[in-house]
Amino acid sequence: MSATDTPKRSMRTPLGRVRNLGAAHSGTSDFWRQRITGVAMTLLMIPVIVIVMMLLGRNQAGAAQILGSLPIAVILLLFIFASAWHMKIGMQVVIEDYVHNEKLKLVSIMLNNFFSIAVALASTYAILKLSSGV
Amino acid sequence: MVEFALPKNSKITGGKTWPKPAGATEVREFRVYRWNPDDGKNPSVDTYYVDTNDCGPMVLDGLIWIKNHIDPSLTFRRSCREGVCGSCAMNIDGQNTLACTRSMHDVKDGAVKVNPLPHQPVVKDLVPDLTNFYAQYASVEPWLKTTSPTPQKEWRQTHEDREKLDGLYECILCACCSTSCPSYWWNSERYLGPAALLQANRWVSDSRDEATGERLDNLEDPFRLYRCHTIMNCAKACPKGLNPAEAIAELKLKMVERQI
Repeated sequence: MSATDTPKRSMRTPLGRVRNLGAAHSGTSDFWRQRITGVAMTLLMIPVIVIVMMLLGRNQAGAAQILGSLPIAVILLLFIFASAWHMKIGMQVVIEDYVHNEKLKLVSIMLNNFFSIAVALASTYAILKLSSGV
Repeated sequence: MVEFALPKNSKITGGKTWPKPAGATEVREFRVYRWNPDDGKNPSVDTYYVDTNDCGPMVLDGLIWIKNHIDPSLTFRRSCREGVCGSCAMNIDGQNTLACTRSMHDVKDGAVKVNPLPHQPVVKDLVPDLTNFYAQYASVEPWLKTTSPTPQKEWRQTHEDREKLDGLYECILCACCSTSCPSYWWNSERYLGPAALLQANRWVSDSRDEATGERLDNLEDPFRLYRCHTIMNCAKACPKGLNPAEAIAELKLKMVERQI
């Protein structure tokens, strides 16, 4: 792109443009939570794989029996919680990186939140339902 | 959305091939990006042949030889020709580096391909417009900030504290790192980029500075700081061997440290 064709023409000084609306004073919480959920998922990965292998080929009654165990249900719930949160933060980062239209960005972030919460709640409901034997 | 394709007026069209220098026994082919703001044409890549027996070994020597012997209109920045000033930063054979410290013999196959630093507006030929880059540097307020009364002689610092600035103070602001960073390409209006953040960490790490918290406050932002995704192109590109990604990681660590 040539200097004369810079799309956003403005008479603001370069420093004024860089400072813009100032720092949001946020971002560290998401950064830290992404690490916490990442570590949590790493630790939970092997137990979750073992549980999924135990569930393979079982019917609903068999699955309900396995998920009726408190530690197994807790492990799966923790995994759902960590992965949904991680997914929400990760997807938001991707949206912020690539979607530059402000309205589209706001809508995308909103939908991302709705989707992550919906997936987390649906999964939680399924695990609770099976583990309670209903 | 992010622009993945070049704007129409930036698409490279064919270029001129200049004749080989008469009487030269050993020549090296140079393919150099050309764009003139005054002729209304799209950029092109011109081909030159440099008499390697008549010029120095570095890519900058080749460019100066072209300017002196073939095409005086070729435009590029240069000054110290020894890797100190950062003026001749450009993209050589696909990597951002300094033309004065990159030997043309290091470019193994075929022609020496020279382009301006990526994803910056071009002023002319190999000269990028670094206005935004310099403003981002200014925004981190790269000077000592103190409230305590100024000592009569100097602000003192232990040897250990001084060592914490090693790997940070050497930055020459050539912009090789920032312009090699995809995050900076997509969000250079809001992400400060590796160079400005390395400089920010240089002042945050300075034991004599009394505005550390204020500096961190000004950086704590999903875009200014947290667009860094540890891609590490910055560390690979830095011609001074610095590691801006590590400096950014240190900043993030300090952000977490003051919260937990």
